[in-house]
Amino acid sequence: MSEMKPSPNAVYIVGIGLTQVAEHWERSLRELALEAIQAARAESPTLQPEALYVANMLSVSLSAQAQLGALLADFAGLRGIEACTVEAAGASGGAALRQAYLALRSGACQAALVVGAEKVSDKVSAEIEAALATASDADFESVQGITAAALAALLMRRYLNETQAPPDALAGFSLNAHANAAANPYAMFRRPIKKEAYARAAMLSEPVSILDAAPVADGAAALLLARGDALPEGSVLPPIRIAASTIAVTAPAIHDRPDPLFLTAAAEAAHRAYQQAGLSAEEVDLFELHDVFTIYAALALEAAGFAARGEGWRLAQDGAIGREGKIPICTFGGSKGRGDTAGATGVYQAAEVVMQLQGRAGENQVRDARIGMAQCLGGSGATAATHILIRDDGL
Amino acid sequence: MEVSRHWRLKKERYAMVGEVCPHCEQKIFPPRDICPDCGQEARTLFRFSGRGEVYSYTTVYSAPTGHEVNAPYTVALVRLEEGPMVTAQLTDLGEKQVEIGMPVEMVTRRLRAEGESGILVYGYKFRPQLSAS
Repeated sequence: MSEMKPSPNAVYIVGIGLTQVAEHWERSLRELALEAIQAARAESPTLQPEALYVANMLSVSLSAQAQLGALLADFAGLRGIEACTVEAAGASGGAALRQAYLALRSGACQAALVVGAEKVSDKVSAEIEAALATASDADFESVQGITAAALAALLMRRYLNETQAPPDALAGFSLNAHANAAANPYAMFRRPIKKEAYARAAMLSEPVSILDAAPVADGAAALLLARGDALPEGSVLPPIRIAASTIAVTAPAIHDRPDPLFLTAAAEAAHRAYQQAGLSAEEVDLFELHDVFTIYAALALEAAGFAARGEGWRLAQDGAIGREGKIPICTFGGSKGRGDTAGATGVYQAAEVVMQLQGRAGENQVRDARIGMAQCLGGSGATAATHILIRDDGL
Repeated sequence: MEVSRHWRLKKERYAMVGEVCPHCEQKIFPPRDICPDCGQEARTLFRFSGRGEVYSYTTVYSAPTGHEVNAPYTVALVRLEEGPMVTAQLTDLGEKQVEIGMPVEMVTRRLRAEGESGILVYGYKFRPQLSAS
């Protein structure tokens, strides 16, 4: 294998840090963020980040805390650097990663941190439901008392009706997520579930049951990024190149979309990413998608071109989404098994793709993984942020 | 309290007033001033009939702040007969089983109570179409 040189203005991920997703009663938002930041920095200790992009959706509504850029930079001993929050509801993590990517790509800075952090467990259910519902159109959706689960249920019922799929058509997404979470030390749920358990699960909002829905919890994840001309010397782990970075949006309200069952933002973000990276869906070795509810897994697979319209659920039937399958998804449990950390999700996803591409995914390893994609969604799919990561051989 | 916020929306909430695009005739609800179909300016007011059919529906048991006293309640996506879709609660269901395609019509009901001394927010909900209408 010939020695390759990094492209000077390409952007690489050179450090990741994760905290376990859980109800962290004894730990605050800033403490969780710090743990993730320190873990990411420890992987390239000589690198000095010049900027910090914080991905967060809920701290204003649930923790009465704005200005997380300053708060977390200060707490992490990074006073003086550039920092701000990037908010795009559940897509905040991918959106923050994209801002960091753009800053490095432009040459405005050489190294940057991204941290996604959420703290929800200090509040009770009704307040959390209301905070999550802020991703929706407040004047025309939330005022009617909708919840994130209700929106997913509206899509799922219509999907099952139009496709004539069986009632348990989406069970495979939940089973796969929990099976993969079992070996993930950062996951909230560490045991697999059985198909019978899915069939018996209590309803949240028919037809969405508790086993279709990801549990909301606390967590933080961080990424350390560097330009190709600023890569630290002597890293043990190969740097992972960001080969594509995209965001696309559509109307926040489902009722404003001409075709509610096709996630146009997800499709545009994915196809632009393929174009940027110069590859096709078939070449992607694994896909960390945003399964905050199982229906979004089916719709995301269709949007990204892994299944025809109305056929996404079939991929969950025959092992195609498993570790050995055609398109492994949620390889560390996804939001369903890892736990849903709202605006931090996209940062967890990118870190998980990095672990796969660096061959340190342990029991969760997808064999010969070289190209991985991560996509997070805001609300019911209004924002989609997509990243394609590649391990270049010989770097 | 947000009195002005709800007052601003009284035409939409109480009378289902949206817009019609003068360029392509597209009916628009909620109003948005730029036609989502042709991208041109659309500010001509248009009053919707309030009739439509259920596109999808579900039940909310774990309600957000302000809606707890009403739980459980049914929410739906309703396809209006003029084309646009709205998100709204279903009401006056009695023993009636909701299904996709069920004809419904708009009524004005209380949507939310903002605490003991707060305002009551009224707006549209939908009920099964009365056969007489």
